[in-house]
Amino acid sequence: MIAILKYNAGNVTSVENAVQNLGYSTVVTDDIEMLKSADKVIFPGVGEASSAMKYLKEKGLDKVIRELTQPVLGICLGMQLMCESSEEGDTKGLGIFDAKVLQFPPTALVPQMGWNNFTSLKGKLFDGIALENDCYFVHSFYAKICPETIAVSDYILPFSAALQKNNFYATQFHPEKSAKIGLQILNNFLKS
Amino acid sequence: MLKKRIIPCLDIKDNRTVKGINFENIIDAGDPIELAKRYVIEGADELVFLDITATQEKRKTLTELVRKIAAEINIPFTVGGGINSLEDANAIIDSGADKISVNSAAILNRNLITEISKQYGNQCVVVAIDTKFVDGEWMVFRSGGKIPTGLKAVDWAKKVANLGAGEILLTSMNNDGTKAGFACDITKQISEVVSIPVIASGGAGTMEHFAEVFQETKATGALAASVFHFGQIPIPELKNYLKTQNIPIRI
Repeated sequence: MIAILKYNAGNVTSVENAVQNLGYSTVVTDDIEMLKSADKVIFPGVGEASSAMKYLKEKGLDKVIRELTQPVLGICLGMQLMCESSEEGDTKGLGIFDAKVLQFPPTALVPQMGWNNFTSLKGKLFDGIALENDCYFVHSFYAKICPETIAVSDYILPFSAALQKNNFYATQFHPEKSAKIGLQILNNFLKS
Repeated sequence: MLKKRIIPCLDIKDNRTVKGINFENIIDAGDPIELAKRYVIEGADELVFLDITATQEKRKTLTELVRKIAAEINIPFTVGGGINSLEDANAIIDSGADKISVNSAAILNRNLITEISKQYGNQCVVVAIDTKFVDGEWMVFRSGGKIPTGLKAVDWAKKVANLGAGEILLTSMNNDGTKAGFACDITKQISEVVSIPVIASGGAGTMEHFAEVFQETKATGALAASVFHFGQIPIPELKNYLKTQNIPIRI
């Protein structure tokens, strides 16, 4: 069973559809026991950092996420909330990754919206993926490059397109919206 | 590098894809879900669905269609047509759309842009602007291009960006349906004064027109309908052509 975390950030329908299309059963939940016992947990999110973090804390989910021992995948805002801090709403994150999340300087269009490729990639999450493959990004804030960075993309400046520390994985792009390439990355996670 | 986006647009009426010329003379272009699936396979970067007959009674039918689309395709899509309130936007986004597009409602109630972007983030809010060249000025029209608003397109574009729009879908009514090329002049003007992405729409007839709008303006996406629906421009061929013109594109 793949648990998709239910909280007040955006819709989770696309993530659910993508995981189901890969042949896995899903449950969208904020129930602590269900999250703890799931084979894998996906922490999605489209929305604003400070209000999402506030909600997680109120529900006691911040502590639960940090203590999960099975593979966990944060997506977009989910990834940013797993970092140390975010400039969006001056938010303290879950601190799973050492990265700081900063706002893109306004020297190009913000948000970055569209398909972008990678300048470096490593690890199992990207098995079968090449640097020239594109994934779909939508974001105004980015995680700085840090020792946990496993993929780098370039927009205005190089930033973390994906992070990994132990059982915690995270992508800035939306694998559920990135056609075949995205499904492959999602499948690599689900097989991990 | 961030790629330029090729975006097929499906106008929906009574659950069918339709296509009009200069906003009129509507003909049938097939089942929207089948068409959408074909575009994903062919390499479309995003899709836009505009419900051109959206009324309150039909709202339920539209959310049902959005749910089906979300289950079938795995690229981002925008839904527009008759979104007049935050509740309308909620229903569409909860059904699985990535973005909603507002047009007339944003002109009549500017708070709507801010309300939706506060709830979902500005990346969810596309403001569609229909513009026509009248007496030496690009002016904004609403209600399917029928009603002049007195707003200048450049001013309105700046305004919506400040109100919280994440993207502008700019359609030139003069060019729409003509297949004579995009309105590069107004697209260039607007894409240079706002700091959010602009999608050019209206007038695509050849592959060169797409190259032209990307080379001459700062548009980050180009939208078209009939040239894709009726197979005049196959998307894979278009993307390969744009690549040979050194335009960053996802293959």
